[in-house]
Amino acid sequence: MDAATTTKAEQVTLTGTKIITAIKQSGVEFILAVPDIVTSKGLLFPIAADKELRLVRVCKEDECVGIASGLSYCDKRALILIQYTGFLDSLNAIRAVAVEYKQPIVMMVGLLGHEPDRQPAESGRYGVRIIEPICDAMGIPHHFLSQDADLSKIKPAIDKAYAESSPVALLVGRRPS
Amino acid sequence: MMNRDACFEILKRHITDEVVVASYSGALEWNDLNPRTLNYFSIGAMGLGSSHALGLALGRPDRRIVVLDGDGSLLMNLGSLVSIAAAAPKNLVHFVCHNECYEANGGHPLPNPKVDFAGLARSAGYAQVHDFAELRSFEQQVGHVLTQSGPVFATLHVQKNRPLVYKYDDLNKASRRVALKAALQQP
Repeated sequence: MDAATTTKAEQVTLTGTKIITAIKQSGVEFILAVPDIVTSKGLLFPIAADKELRLVRVCKEDECVGIASGLSYCDKRALILIQYTGFLDSLNAIRAVAVEYKQPIVMMVGLLGHEPDRQPAESGRYGVRIIEPICDAMGIPHHFLSQDADLSKIKPAIDKAYAESSPVALLVGRRPS
Repeated sequence: MMNRDACFEILKRHITDEVVVASYSGALEWNDLNPRTLNYFSIGAMGLGSSHALGLALGRPDRRIVVLDGDGSLLMNLGSLVSIAAAAPKNLVHFVCHNECYEANGGHPLPNPKVDFAGLARSAGYAQVHDFAELRSFEQQVGHVLTQSGPVFATLHVQKNRPLVYKYDDLNKASRRVALKAALQQP
């Protein structure tokens, strides 16, 4: 990495408080989470302390899919906050509940080990590299969040998921500050 | 040991405006006995019934949510016991029909058929835990179980069932989900 690239990389930020603001503006009341080191400091700790959001801590990521579905029947919006490994582990639940049953399942997925200056498809991490193709194969829209300029994608994506009763994945490619 | 359909017949007498979440064999049997809009069927992702129920319980704290789980299903989502206990919804009642086998998948035994679900729920932190092996006892206490402050857990020790016809198409109809959602979005 040359000096100019280093400077540019250092200037790029993804601000956790701005993500949380966008989540709230989307009408989300519940955060369903298994800890992920990518989003731990910048999102999960602040969310845990935020009185406007109800954090539901679960043991395994596929639980979140069922909980979000149940909440949606009650007209309550939820955001699932997990690591990509948990996303992969939950694929059958996502297949059944989100895709085949057409439920509004909103997933914010931390891409552990992803190089922030790359697109996920170009990652050196196999597990990261396959996330977008899996979403494509399952017909799940996905959005890449790597800098604050990307945060305008959050509210429209969540609104669309609930309007159309369909899933969406928001892929977090950088540790939020 | 009890018959599951006999337990469900008794339960049916106590069900009014509760949402009943049922999965696989229990879902087929419950729907035969008590078809209603407020039934929520969890088919397709085995084990998630208790998690669907937690979402419903948190979304509508004014309404009782009753889960009719299977033993094989619950074993696929044991962590949900801890998650439910931590979230502590007072309006959730979680039954597991313990027939010691994967009934919907050929009747093969559980890895440990004698697993103590009530003990697991107690350790997980459920507020109330019950264990029923006699129909008379279940009949006497089910009304109390359904009105306790939850989360409530109850094991129903049941025999392997009469053969069921495993056709889920009717339970999976999208129209059921639309009707349930409409019913739950009423005050």
